[in-house]
Amino acid sequence: MTPGGTPGAPGVVVVTGVGRYLGAHVAARLAADPRIERVIGVDPATPGPEFAGLLDRVERIRLDLDSLGGLLADLDVAAVVHLALATAPDPQQGGRSGMKEQNVIGTMQLLAACQRAPRLRKLVVRSSTAAYGASFRDPAVFTEETEPREVPRGGFGRDILDIEGYVRGFRRRRPDVTATVLRFAPFIGSTADTTLTRYFSQPVVPTVFGRDPRLQFVHFDDALEVLHRSVAEDHPGTYNVAGPGVLSLSQAIRRAGRVAVPVWEPGLSGAAAIARNLGFGRYGLDQVDLIVHGRVVDTRRLTREYGFTPRSTAVAFDDFIRAHHGGAVLSRDQLAMAEQMVLESIRQVRSAVRDRT
Amino acid sequence: MTEQNGHRRLTTPPVPAPPSRNGARPEPTDPALTRPAPVPKSAPAPAPAPTPKSVPTPKSAPVPKSAPVPKSVPVEPDVAGPSVADRPGDQWDRRVASGLAFLRRRLSGQYEVDEFGFDPELTGAVFHPLLRLLYRDWFRTEVTGLEHVPTDGAGLVVGNHSGTVALDALILSAALHDQHPARRYLRLLGADLVFRMPVVSELARKTGGTVACNPDAERLLGNGEVVGVFPEGFKGIGKLYSDRYKLQRFGRGGFVSAALRTGTPIVPVAIVGGEEIYPMLADIKPLARLLKLPYFPVTPTFPWLGPLGMVPLPSKWLIEFCPPIPTAHLTDSADDPLVVFNLADQVRETIQQTLHQLLERRPDPFGP
Repeated sequence: MTPGGTPGAPGVVVVTGVGRYLGAHVAARLAADPRIERVIGVDPATPGPEFAGLLDRVERIRLDLDSLGGLLADLDVAAVVHLALATAPDPQQGGRSGMKEQNVIGTMQLLAACQRAPRLRKLVVRSSTAAYGASFRDPAVFTEETEPREVPRGGFGRDILDIEGYVRGFRRRRPDVTATVLRFAPFIGSTADTTLTRYFSQPVVPTVFGRDPRLQFVHFDDALEVLHRSVAEDHPGTYNVAGPGVLSLSQAIRRAGRVAVPVWEPGLSGAAAIARNLGFGRYGLDQVDLIVHGRVVDTRRLTREYGFTPRSTAVAFDDFIRAHHGGAVLSRDQLAMAEQMVLESIRQVRSAVRDRT
Repeated sequence: MTEQNGHRRLTTPPVPAPPSRNGARPEPTDPALTRPAPVPKSAPAPAPAPTPKSVPTPKSAPVPKSAPVPKSVPVEPDVAGPSVADRPGDQWDRRVASGLAFLRRRLSGQYEVDEFGFDPELTGAVFHPLLRLLYRDWFRTEVTGLEHVPTDGAGLVVGNHSGTVALDALILSAALHDQHPARRYLRLLGADLVFRMPVVSELARKTGGTVACNPDAERLLGNGEVVGVFPEGFKGIGKLYSDRYKLQRFGRGGFVSAALRTGTPIVPVAIVGGEEIYPMLADIKPLARLLKLPYFPVTPTFPWLGPLGMVPLPSKWLIEFCPPIPTAHLTDSADDPLVVFNLADQVRETIQQTLHQLLERRPDPFGP
């Protein structure tokens, strides 16, 4: 079962959600690892053409998560990587109810199948720092032990709490399986395309009046690295995955050369609710809560156990800015130039006055 | 109020917006005010300035690589002749240049914020200069016992709270940073209410404050910061003028257990002068309930004079830091209620006695 190499590396790995950006990249990366024999990508939909090249070494199976049980037993699957989570309602996939179906029901079905798979040794579940909720009484930095003070208002946050609850139950029932839960900060990077990267790509960025939340991001490549290590090595437990350091929202917007437009908070929540009810726009209360409260996590456990530190939030964000340079309204160079011009004109006036006297 | 939330103990009432109500990102309008802060990253103090008042003004501190090094001394050699005459001009040029560099750094986001949201550059360039005017010139504050605040490493400063709005916390932090040889920043712990309010919450975070809860307190102390806490909370600032300088209840002593868990010395501090700035004659409770505030103050000037009533009366302030109470030997007793209560009582007694001594030293509240 175990091929040569690290004893922790599993033989057959199933990756769910390969029809999505993250799933496709993780599956491709695992397939390129010689320590892993087979990588099977599972998704109810056929992966889009943009991932075709990426997935040529991955065996793809078009399958709903409720019929996964037979597959896990038949193929002697040793590890399951669960990435099939929707972070925002997609009108094409049934909106919020479709999202909940996929996140919560999908995870329940997957865990039920895993529980009955005799050879399963490892389960890696993607979670999110949204698991900490958002409240004004929150501590500034969340450790893995911090309990959410309030149930999140946003759908994704509530799904994450449900999913983590099911994983806790799974851990009790199958203590022999190494279960890793990775709470990712929002992804960012030159290639990532998420709700948040689209938010920062707009020339004019709405913010909440009187709030300047502290944000953390994780670079997409670092997220891949952590997922890869979770499969190839043994790291039971729950981990925060985020770039160390903090950017405040206003700072991030200025670094990106965008213009912030403060909006009164109740108006923004209302707008998000209306947009959701009308079925357009992927911004929801999850995003509103993030830009009101912010979210900073402690990553010391990840660094200690994985021996890996993601690049810092500021560096990851810089990488994103370089790739999305086009929409900048006010760039760093322009500001430096303006500064030079003012200094230069002062100098000229000064010397002109001096010449006259 | 704060008592109901179980874990919450360390309370500081709302931090009022400093005089400049510039919203979340105040930008200095007067370049002359923008003195580049020496930006000490955190606890380990960098080479301390010889005297607190002589901050090295020129040469902006962390200029990014792209910074066009200002300095506009006469470029043309022919005008260099009257070099004595253009000295004041040079100084102005430097100020303008450092002001512009500051503006550029702010506008392009090239500054550092720590995980609590503390922005040392903004605090040093905008908030502290404003508070300096207030504590030095308006309140004529005298600070003693600064040697009791640790030069490096963590310390928990525990003070008495007064003054209807929590101006004393801000004055204490500005005075400590200005006058302490290691220019320590005081990281204040504030009540929930502070962090519920827009604008105010961000001002509190940017000046180094955070929510008063044990995880944050222990994290700051673990990072070797000087943390400031006012255990009386709203009971302290919301008391009537007739109760001035009478310490209120300290609650369950969450601040003591935070200090014990991290083995941090507790430095009691007594602040005299805060009670007279807004003497509270009455508390309109129904109005407070209506506005969801802990109290609604009536002072000789507020609300009668409207915004003018917000001007604090110019009382004379005395701040004394008392000798630290070591806790390193009690690290195991952080959960022992007896040890915690005794220590909290000891801190309370120390502050109360020091308050009496200071009041004797200051017979006239509005004296010189």
